[in-house]
Amino acid sequence: MQMIKVENVVTAFGNRVIHDGLNFTIKEGEIYGLLGPSGCGKTTLLREMVMLEKVTSGKIEILGKNVADIRQRDAQNLRRQWGVLFQFGALFSSLTLAENIALPLGEYTRLSKRMIDEIVAFKLSIVGLKQSDAYLYPSEISGGMRKKAGLARALAMDPKLLFLDEPTSGLDPISAREFDALILKLRAMLGLTVVMVTHDLRSIYDTLDRVAIIDNKQIAYEGTLDDIASVKSEFIQTFFREKL
Amino acid sequence: MKKVFSIESIDENLLLKFEGKMSLYEVSKYEKKLATVQTTSIKNITIDLTNLDELDTTAAIFIYNIQKEFASKKVTLECHNEKLLSTLELVQENMSHYSENIKPKKLSFLQKLGKIFYDYYDGFSAFIEFFGQLFASNLRYLTSLKNIRYKEIAFEINESAIKALPIVALTSFLIGLVIAYQSAYQLKIYGANIYIVDMLGISIFRELAPVITAIVIAGRSGSAFTAQIGSMKITQELDAMKTMGFEPFAFLVLPRIIALMITMPILIFVADIMAILGGMIVANVDLSISPELFIDRLSRVVAAKHFFVGIIKGPFFAFLIATIGIYRGLIVKDDTQSIGFNTTKSVVEAIFAVIVCDAIFSIAFTNLGI
Repeated sequence: MQMIKVENVVTAFGNRVIHDGLNFTIKEGEIYGLLGPSGCGKTTLLREMVMLEKVTSGKIEILGKNVADIRQRDAQNLRRQWGVLFQFGALFSSLTLAENIALPLGEYTRLSKRMIDEIVAFKLSIVGLKQSDAYLYPSEISGGMRKKAGLARALAMDPKLLFLDEPTSGLDPISAREFDALILKLRAMLGLTVVMVTHDLRSIYDTLDRVAIIDNKQIAYEGTLDDIASVKSEFIQTFFREKL
Repeated sequence: MKKVFSIESIDENLLLKFEGKMSLYEVSKYEKKLATVQTTSIKNITIDLTNLDELDTTAAIFIYNIQKEFASKKVTLECHNEKLLSTLELVQENMSHYSENIKPKKLSFLQKLGKIFYDYYDGFSAFIEFFGQLFASNLRYLTSLKNIRYKEIAFEINESAIKALPIVALTSFLIGLVIAYQSAYQLKIYGANIYIVDMLGISIFRELAPVITAIVIAGRSGSAFTAQIGSMKITQELDAMKTMGFEPFAFLVLPRIIALMITMPILIFVADIMAILGGMIVANVDLSISPELFIDRLSRVVAAKHFFVGIIKGPFFAFLIATIGIYRGLIVKDDTQSIGFNTTKSVVEAIFAVIVCDAIFSIAFTNLGI
């Protein structure tokens, strides 16, 4: 089943064209990577998918719904089915980690307080945080921990679809590999579909099923990592040199 | 997809059967349903997941809880689906060291009281420290004219004073209008129409124009100082400046204070003109005192000292507003609510400080016979 379909997407900020006709689809249960040099608009594309920004023309369909032209109720429904991890965590700074994670659960479900506490503890535990960290505020923890807490919050509602913006950047190598393992485990168990923007080569080879490489406003390559060597693109040749 | 939870209880056996899909939206319902079952006489519990197709982690925690709650009885789990089993296993793995009693202890009343007073003490000493730093950097930077950052000062003059001119002018015009209108009614009763000039002249020059200007500036520019510097602190811009050797006091603090101290008297002057203009219009319309007569009397009865008393207050008010605004900005903590809290505080404290300062001036000038 198609989870996400990107069709002829054009994005321009004023006169500056960022994307000039992007096309690809992401299937259910896939871990899909958006790759490319800095400033090529990976994060912008991700933001367009989660309805934070609008495409100039073209169409992005998520779970069969065109996000550019969507009814309020459908949009709300869609938002409950995905989790988003921002590059720097984007935790609510006036709430503790536990409150951050419990927020969507308290808003959207009728779970008991005790149950929510347990879910929070579970989510913290799977992302590798201690239960005692739950009562700290985002300003009291390190950048890596914020990222893990951000993932715990993104996973709070057990989403079907997970958007990750550079999930392993800023993490120590051990945490980064644990992160990759966790993503693979969650995908195997819950059938998650994951879309991630990443620069981490290890993570790219360990987790991604397919990639779209954006370069020069267009998709330079789309598909599995196996045939990537044959592509004639300066970015790909430099970026994947070690592995080719 | 169907979602079914059925409970069958036969003698000492309890069968909990989950079918279809179980997710966090169903759990609370199921929890309530389970709570209604009498379990004291039950010895064997079977959790049947054979017909369950989908299970999310919340639901897995729910099942784990059932297993844990009835640990004293015999609980058997029937499930052949590998995926579901691995989810349950993940939950078990992560929840085994969960304990409920880890929440931080609540403070007692005395502890809270102590904390509040200590925080006040802390805040006060931080403010004193800020003043010390301000004085020290004043000495360092103002010894030579070359050190003064004229560009920043000019920028701040434009931002916090020139752009505030319209609102200061409008506010004081309206205040002059209202004061004149209210007193015109009283004066007419006694036929003392012409005395409106004396009254307006002294009250506006001495008190109203300086205080109204200070309040507008505190609300407009003082709050802006707090918000700007506070967000710079959150985004670590202040830290970046320090590591590059740019002293925040020289770049951010002094230019703002100096700019406001320079422009406040000018703003008060504008406020004087506008308030008198407002009064003059009412006097003309309501009491038929022509503008020529008004100005003629104004120059005869209102001594120039009243005007200068008002203007002199300007730099003092400006200093208070700017330092409080900046200080509040610098103590913003690393969360967004802190900016809002400190901005509110800065405006309230600045207005309060201005009024206290005004009262001190009032007493001092009266005793000096000015």
